[in-house]
Amino acid sequence: MNQAASVASPTTTNSVTAGALRRHALWDTILRSATRSAAILVLLLLGGVIVTLIDGSWLAFKTFGFEFLVSDKWNPVTEKFGARAAIFGTVATSLIAMVIGIPVSIGIAIFLTELCPRSLRRPISTAIELLAGIPSIIYGIWGLFVLAPFLQAHVQPLLIDTFADVPVLSTLFSGPPYGIGILTAGLILSVMVLPYVTSVTRDVFETVPPVLKESAYGLGCTTWEVVSKIVLPFTRTGVIGGIMLGLGRALGETMAVTFVIGNAHRIPTSILAPGTTISATIANEFTEAESDLYTSSLVALGLLLFVITFIVLACARLLLLRLQKQAGK
Amino acid sequence: MAQNLNMAIYHRRRLFNKALMALAWTAAVSGLAILGLILGTLLFRGVGGVSLDVFTQMTPPPGGEGGLLNAIYGSVAMTLLGTVLGTPVGVLAGTYMAEYGRNNWLTTIVRFINDILLSAPSIVIGLFVYEVVVKQMGHFSAWAGGAALALIVLPVVVRTTEDMLLLVPDGLREAASSLGSPRWLVISQVCYRAARAGMVTGVLLAVARVTGETAPLLFTALNNQFMSMDMNAPMANLPVVIFQFALSPYPEWQKLAWTGALLITLTVLALNIGARTLSSNKSQ
Repeated sequence: MNQAASVASPTTTNSVTAGALRRHALWDTILRSATRSAAILVLLLLGGVIVTLIDGSWLAFKTFGFEFLVSDKWNPVTEKFGARAAIFGTVATSLIAMVIGIPVSIGIAIFLTELCPRSLRRPISTAIELLAGIPSIIYGIWGLFVLAPFLQAHVQPLLIDTFADVPVLSTLFSGPPYGIGILTAGLILSVMVLPYVTSVTRDVFETVPPVLKESAYGLGCTTWEVVSKIVLPFTRTGVIGGIMLGLGRALGETMAVTFVIGNAHRIPTSILAPGTTISATIANEFTEAESDLYTSSLVALGLLLFVITFIVLACARLLLLRLQKQAGK
Repeated sequence: MAQNLNMAIYHRRRLFNKALMALAWTAAVSGLAILGLILGTLLFRGVGGVSLDVFTQMTPPPGGEGGLLNAIYGSVAMTLLGTVLGTPVGVLAGTYMAEYGRNNWLTTIVRFINDILLSAPSIVIGLFVYEVVVKQMGHFSAWAGGAALALIVLPVVVRTTEDMLLLVPDGLREAASSLGSPRWLVISQVCYRAARAGMVTGVLLAVARVTGETAPLLFTALNNQFMSMDMNAPMANLPVVIFQFALSPYPEWQKLAWTGALLITLTVLALNIGARTLSSNKSQ
């Protein structure tokens, strides 16, 4: 390609010299190699993140071995560290976020593609996407000062009373209403994943060929039947991809969760009780960690989090990539 | 009889549909309501604290009166540093992917990795910079904070640069080449010009994202009670100050936290809306 360009230049510029040709060739080489190195740098950075985290967590894994993953002890004084409570919290909060977030996101996507007046579509989509722009620390401070007191005063007592006699749910919703805790963190996360899942879902909903929907409507289907029997089966891969993307966000979210989770290193049976997550533990304790083993254990938690989110995000990307290929791009 | 049965089914289907569509409406309304509620709370609790002091005084000791000057300065300085470090690399990498290596193995892998970096938990980026920069230098510093932010800017810029350059029609490139332009002139004079609005949007979105980032700064830039312009020392920044002040028991600190939260949110939303109008003007 370089050659073609430099061969072409003499015919168009009058004052072309060998010097100009050489200069162009030089600039071509410079830009080409600079952009290539930048692309490789991006690759190396991810490799660097993984290598660094493995290196940093080596001490913890060497000391505790497999025990690190399954032990629920987290005691900085005796220097016994296990990740189970943090992993449990991360999974539990993300699960709650998904259980609430997925139906609401799909509901909003249905609203935007099927029900919303055309002129309102853009402003409402933008408003929902702005939710993704709000910094996570704002969700945290709002959750702590507005949502948690509200839940404590109104919602949690109701939950405790309602489910008091139901076998499994009574344990799940037991204990005093703290306000902060796993449920509150899950609720905040569900709001935070909303824009990501909604925007992917809406985009794939719009790829459904109108003629498919129109045929279904023509046969007398209701809107819900069109959505559930035509749109959702057609866009299944994309919707799952969007959900995984949201899940990746929920698993790694730090500041919002740190504010409202309560930071207690234990595995509660009630989702109203305080707990902790991987990211909240790192955010809270990293600057206070004095011994090498403590720091290393926290880095090991970071590595775990990275591996988990990497797998989830990679699955999401692969699903969405397959979809793009199907669309014939 | 059969007709009655049919009518019953028909009514049930319609009722079911109505109920579910009502739920979809509720979902949309509640999404908007939450946005309104968050912004409303921020305005309600933050506006009262906005005064000249916020921009001229430093963060106070517990229980004292003060402002956020050092935190605002630190946030601006580190955001700038992060943008200045991250943008050129991002633009170059995006250029490679769209112009030189379209669909080759390197581009495919970098695109995949970049998408992962784009959504990777920011606290992990913080840990990485801590291990690589802070541990080697032996102390927390604004340099480390800026480096962490650059790593968050980078994937956003790579992504938008590639996307925007791919939108430039190949006809433009071919026209320029047929006039005898060498490749570097085609890219810098034709492609960049055509994709400029989109690329600026990408940088704005990256800045917006970085402005509110807290987790990666917690153990890179740390915090500083005082005004410091030394990039080689810990530096105050709005997100970490908000984190610390909001969780404190002092009402003055909490009030400042709300004011800081309002400032950050307004900045981020302004950047977001600015980026959107820029890109939508271009696409019309």
